Amino acid sequence: MATLVSEMVDLASRFPGVVSADTRPGYSGWMVNKDNLVEVATALRDEFGFELLSNVCGVDYFPDKMEVVYEAYRTTGGPGLRFKVQVARLDPMEVPSVTPVWPGAEFQEREIWDLYGIRFTNHPDLRRILMWEGFAGHPLRKDWHEPFYEEDNKPLDSRWPRGKYASAEEKNIYKDNLQFPQNFDPQEVRIDGEAPLYDTLQKYTTIDAGIKTDRVIVNMGPQHPSTHGVFRAAVVLDGETIVSLKPVMGYLHRNHEKIGERNTFLQNMPYTDRLDYFNSMSNNWGYSLAVEKLMNIKVPERAEYLRVIMAELSRIQNHLILIGMLLNDLGAFFTPALYAFEERELILDIFEAASGARMMCNYHRFGGVSRDLPAGVLEKIKGLVDERLPRKADEFDRFLSENEVLLARLKGVKVIDADDAVRYSITGPVLRASGVPYDVRRAQPYGIYDRFDFDVALRHNGDLYDNYLIRLDEIRQSIRIVQQAVKQIPEGPINSQKPAYQVRVPAGEAYGRIEAPKGELGFYVVSTGKPNPWRYHVRAPSFVNITALEKMCVGTKIADFVAILGVIDIVLGELDR
Amino acid sequence: MTDNKELNSPGYAIPDDLQHAVSITTLDRLYNWGRRWSVWPMMFGLACCAIEMIAAQAARYDLARFGMEVMRPSPRQSDLMIVAGTVTKKMIPAIVRLYNQMPEPKYVVAMGACASGGGPFKEGYNVVAGVDKFVPVDVYIPGCPPTPQALTAGLMKLQEKIDKQSIRKVRWYQKGSDSALIPIPVLGPDLMDPRRYAEIKQLAAQKPAEKATEAKE
Amino acid sequence: MYGKGIIKGLGVTLKRFVDTYLDDIAWWGRRYYNPEGIAHRSSKDARGVFTVQYPEEKLPVPEEFRYVPFLVYDEKPDGKKEIRCTSCGICAKVCPPQCIWIVRTNDPQTGRPVPEPAEFYIDADICMNCGFCAEYCPFDAIIMDHDYEIASYQRNVFNMEKLLKPASYYKSIRPLNYALNEEARKAKEAARAARAEAAGRS
Repeated sequence: MATLVSEMVDLASRFPGVVSADTRPGYSGWMVNKDNLVEVATALRDEFGFELLSNVCGVDYFPDKMEVVYEAYRTTGGPGLRFKVQVARLDPMEVPSVTPVWPGAEFQEREIWDLYGIRFTNHPDLRRILMWEGFAGHPLRKDWHEPFYEEDNKPLDSRWPRGKYASAEEKNIYKDNLQFPQNFDPQEVRIDGEAPLYDTLQKYTTIDAGIKTDRVIVNMGPQHPSTHGVFRAAVVLDGETIVSLKPVMGYLHRNHEKIGERNTFLQNMPYTDRLDYFNSMSNNWGYSLAVEKLMNIKVPERAEYLRVIMAELSRIQNHLILIGMLLNDLGAFFTPALYAFEERELILDIFEAASGARMMCNYHRFGGVSRDLPAGVLEKIKGLVDERLPRKADEFDRFLSENEVLLARLKGVKVIDADDAVRYSITGPVLRASGVPYDVRRAQPYGIYDRFDFDVALRHNGDLYDNYLIRLDEIRQSIRIVQQAVKQIPEGPINSQKPAYQVRVPAGEAYGRIEAPKGELGFYVVSTGKPNPWRYHVRAPSFVNITALEKMCVGTKIADFVAILGVIDIVLGELDR
Repeated sequence: MTDNKELNSPGYAIPDDLQHAVSITTLDRLYNWGRRWSVWPMMFGLACCAIEMIAAQAARYDLARFGMEVMRPSPRQSDLMIVAGTVTKKMIPAIVRLYNQMPEPKYVVAMGACASGGGPFKEGYNVVAGVDKFVPVDVYIPGCPPTPQALTAGLMKLQEKIDKQSIRKVRWYQKGSDSALIPIPVLGPDLMDPRRYAEIKQLAAQKPAEKATEAKE
Repeated sequence: MYGKGIIKGLGVTLKRFVDTYLDDIAWWGRRYYNPEGIAHRSSKDARGVFTVQYPEEKLPVPEEFRYVPFLVYDEKPDGKKEIRCTSCGICAKVCPPQCIWIVRTNDPQTGRPVPEPAEFYIDADICMNCGFCAEYCPFDAIIMDHDYEIASYQRNVFNMEKLLKPASYYKSIRPLNYALNEEARKAKEAARAARAEAAGRS
């Protein structure tokens, strides 16, 4: 296992008295004094070169303190630097915001305010992000119990051996998933949840040569025809040009992380399928990486190859769907999407034969994969990547890439440039289309990616057309990887551990990250040695990539906003978790 | 009209010389036949089930063969709301508003475990345990997600339900059915259903010890 | 020439349009409503229309396919149903959304647990089809079903009566798994018999 660069970067001597090493057993990284956080952060970015802030998340160490964990990387590659800030668990808890140093932390800090109640001073816009304004409480705190709360950890006693069926509603006095403060009268209290949102928009009434101009506020979503899901953007328009934009999310907030703390480690695996629901094979891998780091177990060769094959097939179908849906949003209603769906169905047939389900594969286990490939599936995969998929990728290229309407809509519309992309913590194809060659499979190889010969797809203009082309490039590179993997795959066991539903995970923390098709997907897992994780956080690429949405869209037309949203490739399952 | 077995069986014998010339049927059967083969779903996917719904609409499991090829994003032009995905408290006001905006006859299919009964996320604090808490559901399709074939089977069950309806008894032709709008829930400290305001006030005023014992019963 | 890209794209669409007829002609009359046709339309060589016309044609699901689980009983020669489940509770413990409820009773005379569930409920409106219950059952008593046509007009909570299906059904949907598990059971029984014999001799 590569040494964390934090052991090579000696922050303690550079900042004596302010930074000290984290010496808790199983933990690593640096503890930073919260009053000097911005100073240390600036030095990390400028002197030490950690320009890409990847993950900001909160942990509740009930009952004494709360912690904010940061994870930063260099764009030249290599392992990351983890540093933490602790704050005593007494309201109000205040931590300086790092948005002046890394603007990409904005939404992640808002999420910590929403779910933990830690205030970030100097934050440009500290409002709730996943829950609505007016919601009572900060849900991820350990002492905040959800309305259907039965026990702190699963498995629940009420299911066996005296498990008479009782629906969860019957145990709540409201007979539903509700809880209200004491003496609450619904008819008296009126909270305007929308006012804080509209206050942040750069509003109307300009006076130009004596003429007062009102600007129109348009709400796009949460139900709108582009199939990215239930996402809402409050947009202020001047004619057709966007003047100000605020994304609103949380319409699919399914409490993944709270449920994750109740689950055991193994029970979390099918829940990870439902994050980025297009690529369940990739999500499983990220979570397995984090827990395998904690457990310190190895994965056999055949399982590694199977993981790579499945993940790359997943990437291919994801990019095909993205191109299809992008064209759908642009107006070429459904024909390119149908062509993409045709290939996707063949790939899903392989997933179904191998794991049992088309989409929610639940394929990985700690130490390998759950099932071996049945007879005939490897030939099917060979047939796909040797003959059909390269032909179809070329057909897509011929079909779309020189289309004049596409060029007129996509070429020249700038999404984001390289420096801004790094500062806003954008990862994935959007970053590479802007000219920054950062791919986790090369920067910090996981699994056996260092054995394959493939190029990191890179484009330089950072406009919509490059974002479209880079997906075709990545499809071709993924086909290359699967062709090599299918040739090299050995026989052997598929899991280094015996099948066990109770796993022993030693205490500690781990951050496992992979290059998911949408960006860098990371899982931050904290274990206290019990069967259930203490903290389970998903660093979702869609959520962090959206941080720069306002920057990307201000000044463009509303029609371009739809295209930009399509090209960033968000999926609400992981954006809202 | 060529002979159509479903229509041309009014329950009595048709004279031979009329067999291939005229279709004789009951009004109910004609009415339902027209409606069941042209159900227009609303393009309304919330989460993962939406992808299987789109896959059912795509070329391999073509729903257009059932007359459902027109997927309108506007509720004003659609007949069927397939609630595909987890219903969260933040989203339910929008869902109820959309349901109110649909013109009659309208149907709701709860696709997937989450829309039927909360699904795997039922214990979450932001999840509504099944869309039937707010909106009347006609068909429940379990599965996580239901495969396109399962969804098609569920939609066929909906078609069977439509077949059994009669013009005389159907909801939208009854007197006084104009105001069948569902009040839109409000987001406060938790989700507030306007139909239950009095009950919420009474339950919230109880002392915590009373609440604990009542909840256990 | 301006417009060349659009014409190229239209050429691709035209080729696909022609393909739909060519493949139908090549397979004249045999392309639909039979298993070879379905297999051809789901393979990498599929050209043209590849629709699987449900409900007349059902795309066969692979053996591993998992939908809602069911309980297995063995049919004894005298007609009795021997339920394999011993209500050990592992499936209830391992289920991620905790959608399995099992009531285990104790024998009133010996006080030891009865190796049969008194009541068994699965809430199919919570089940996420993950397959953990079937994967970790030590007795091969709960298996993931292939039946996906279970839509209904009311909520779906399955009790034991609805969940019980015979072992012959299990064999018909999962032949390879069934064969492997039968081998394992026979090996275990043979080992147990050998140990009993060895103990009896010594």
